Amino acid sequence: MPIATSLRAVGHRAVNVVWRIGFATRFLYLTLTHSGMSLRRFQLVVKELFASGVMSLIIIGVAGLFVGIVLGLQGYETLKRYGSESALGSLVALSLVRELGPVLAALLFASRAGSAMTAEIGLMKATEQIAAMEMMAVSPLARVIAPRFWAGIISMPLLAAIFSAMGVFGGYVVGVVLIGVDEGSFWSQMQATVDFQHDIMNGVLKSFVFGVAVTVIALFEGFDAPPTAEGVSGATTRTVVQSSLAILLLDVILTAFMFRGA
Amino acid sequence: MERTKLDLWVGAFVVAGIAAIVVLALKVGNLSTYNVSETYKVSAHFTNVGGLKPTASVRSAGVLVGRVTSITLDATRYEALVTMTIDKRYQFPIDTFANILTSGLLGEQYIGLLPGGEEEMLAAGGEFKKTQSAIVIEELIGKFMFNKASGAE
Repeated sequence: MPIATSLRAVGHRAVNVVWRIGFATRFLYLTLTHSGMSLRRFQLVVKELFASGVMSLIIIGVAGLFVGIVLGLQGYETLKRYGSESALGSLVALSLVRELGPVLAALLFASRAGSAMTAEIGLMKATEQIAAMEMMAVSPLARVIAPRFWAGIISMPLLAAIFSAMGVFGGYVVGVVLIGVDEGSFWSQMQATVDFQHDIMNGVLKSFVFGVAVTVIALFEGFDAPPTAEGVSGATTRTVVQSSLAILLLDVILTAFMFRGA
Repeated sequence: MERTKLDLWVGAFVVAGIAAIVVLALKVGNLSTYNVSETYKVSAHFTNVGGLKPTASVRSAGVLVGRVTSITLDATRYEALVTMTIDKRYQFPIDTFANILTSGLLGEQYIGLLPGGEEEMLAAGGEFKKTQSAIVIEELIGKFMFNKASGAE
């Protein structure tokens, strides 16, 4: 009965997915309740901020610059047809601040810092460091997981803002310095269309939500990884795939709430 | 506990991130043009607001003097009631014209104030009596075609 077997396999997978979601939710709850230590010993969070935030700075800054340059070139090509090159500033700034900044920075963060978190925690588990901590009555959630969680949440909005700022700079270099769009109208059109609360703060809020999603997925995958070499590598892959999908899905939902043409 | 090299890098990262948000707010966004000074509220009725939106700018002689706060339909007159806040530094005569204008050919719409010659100034909560609605391109074409047709006879 091959049909019954495959049906059973599908059902087993579905139950497994629901089971893991429930475990992940409890994991997030326990992380939050064990966060007291990372606030008292903030040095732990600072150390993780270095690992996830500072080490991601270069990739985020360079990627933002390139994206801004491409936006400047492509936007100019299209706007030129309608004789509205002066709107280049608004196009570059709005697309970066609202969408590309938070989303691309989060995708890069997931592959740069998220995968590293999963691999690190997975290896800690495989080499029984986590078990050793529990033996010494040190909660691994408070000592290992919570500092990384807070560091990820703090660094994500900052990285997204740096991405957007670098992108605007890249658009400025291409549009104004190289192509020769009027500098005054570039900035004034930008300032006329980009609203602080509606565009910039919503972008920051987006990147905050993405930060929570990426860090929780990365930490949970590492914590739940089978303690073998194969298990850790599989968990790292799942972190990148799942957090990328989660970022894009959350972006659809958040965009629908924030910018529905009101 | 001592200061470490790590703290310096993390500090630089946090400073860079906050600086990026400030740059976005001031240079890219419109936070620098938000009115921190005191404002007063005035209103105006328009037969058609066209594409005017809340937060659209109110300008006089091209200078930003205020912002549109709300646009509602006045159900007694069946006209659009537009309320706006204007910077306290600027006073306008009671016979000021409020016109809905468009910046550029495809730009966004704003309210242009054309001061009249009266001595008396409009108080807070007052209303611009003389308004000119947004130009609706279909009506313009309709009028043009009507004129052509009647002129040909």
